[in-house]
Amino acid sequence: MFRDKMAATATMMPNIGQNISLKGGLVPDWTNQEVSTGTTIMAVEYDGGVVIGADSRTTTGAYIANRVTDKLTPIHDRIFCCRSGSAADTQAIADVVTYQLGFHSIELDEPPLVETAANLFKASCYRYREELTAGILVAGWDRRKGGQVYCVPIGGMLVRQPGGGGGLSREQCLELTAAGMRCCCTLCLWPWRETAPAAAEEPFFFFFFFYKINFIEEK
Amino acid sequence: LVLSAVLSLPVNAALQGVFGGGETPKPLKTGTTIAGVVFKDGVVLGADTRATSSEVVADKMCAKIHYIAPNIYCCGAGTAADTERTTDLLSSNLSIFSLNSGRNPRVVMAVNILQDMLYRYHGQIGANLILGGVDCTGNHLYKLGPYGSVDKMPYLAMGSGDLAALGILEDGFKPDMELEKAKQLVQVAIHAGIMSDLASGNNIDICVITREGVDYIRPYQESEFKDNRKMRYKYRPGTTPVLTEKVIPLKLEVVKETVQWMDTA
Repeated sequence: MFRDKMAATATMMPNIGQNISLKGGLVPDWTNQEVSTGTTIMAVEYDGGVVIGADSRTTTGAYIANRVTDKLTPIHDRIFCCRSGSAADTQAIADVVTYQLGFHSIELDEPPLVETAANLFKASCYRYREELTAGILVAGWDRRKGGQVYCVPIGGMLVRQPGGGGGLSREQCLELTAAGMRCCCTLCLWPWRETAPAAAEEPFFFFFFFYKINFIEEK
Repeated sequence: LVLSAVLSLPVNAALQGVFGGGETPKPLKTGTTIAGVVFKDGVVLGADTRATSSEVVADKMCAKIHYIAPNIYCCGAGTAADTERTTDLLSSNLSIFSLNSGRNPRVVMAVNILQDMLYRYHGQIGANLILGGVDCTGNHLYKLGPYGSVDKMPYLAMGSGDLAALGILEDGFKPDMELEKAKQLVQVAIHAGIMSDLASGNNIDICVITREGVDYIRPYQESEFKDNRKMRYKYRPGTTPVLTEKVIPLKLEVVKETVQWMDTA
């Protein structure tokens, strides 16, 4: 039921199938693997802004490279992006778009539109779609359309996904995001279980799984 | 620069002929334990000193903590050549920047330059780096992956022995530690890596960076298992007994003599 209500959620299952094997060089496999943010990210619009959330785990194969990653990256004062996919690719794209948007904003001498930022992401993600692994949510607030969430998944599509069924208040958005984070975090941790984890085990998952939630609004 | 990729590709048939059907030598990898910790007054970096080429220890006293700038040092794991050259290149670029602008480089600048370069090569440069330094904005520690990803954390470990080292760091790290405690923590972490990983070993190097300056202690702790090599193989006269001696003087006559004055002023 939560899946229907969740707005613009991008989840990527972590690549747990890899084994740590030693190939002739006394160096384990995952030291050569690309760092991936197998991730849960979420963004919900409300009247005066947006609420964004993300978990904090970065993996290389079965190894957690960073357990306190910040996947919510500021692109401009009131525009953020939620990054999922390859850590290197998304960091590089975010840097490029930050520069382009900053330049554009200085040229216009006014804060940029969220739609502009989303289009810049789409331009990079679509042009280099063969080489990139990046799923990005662009969320922010501007004066023209208020809070907006745009989804740029792998392949470079661009679509606005307000979600939340419309008409949610600030507090309801926060609750929805927090619940979504908890829900997806526990699901991602044990993807092969048929049954939901027992209530007694939940606090255990909480302890090892961190997530971060941000507000973006006018003031 | 791309030696690591070149040698692992099966396309390199030319090299295979040279070794008569045997295995081509693997590139030198620093199967490594490196670690870094941010403490109250700065940053402590630590590394082991073993460099391996497959199962052979190629260098027992390898230096894995590289100089980048007077206030920035970098530990490197992965392919030895790649880490060496990448850090050298970075160091040169930062010197030029310092001379041009008259400022000391910031750690974040070094990180950005490295990230750009590593991302451009899409993982072909096998460099896993821990960059630590002190600048006007504070004490910083960053980790860089070969594909160009960057993470900023108060304590880090990388290399093949990083799981063992990270266990020690996760348990013992506290924010704003004192210098001696920080050095000890890093030393114990590297030691754990050396004990638990075949590709890490020999001595431990420590580098302490603070606002006042850098203390590069090499080695900080020597391995108990040292071999007793003389290192000098000069034999004194008389070691080999002389059985017989026969002297034949050669008659030489002076044919021509020239003297050339050299001006050594």
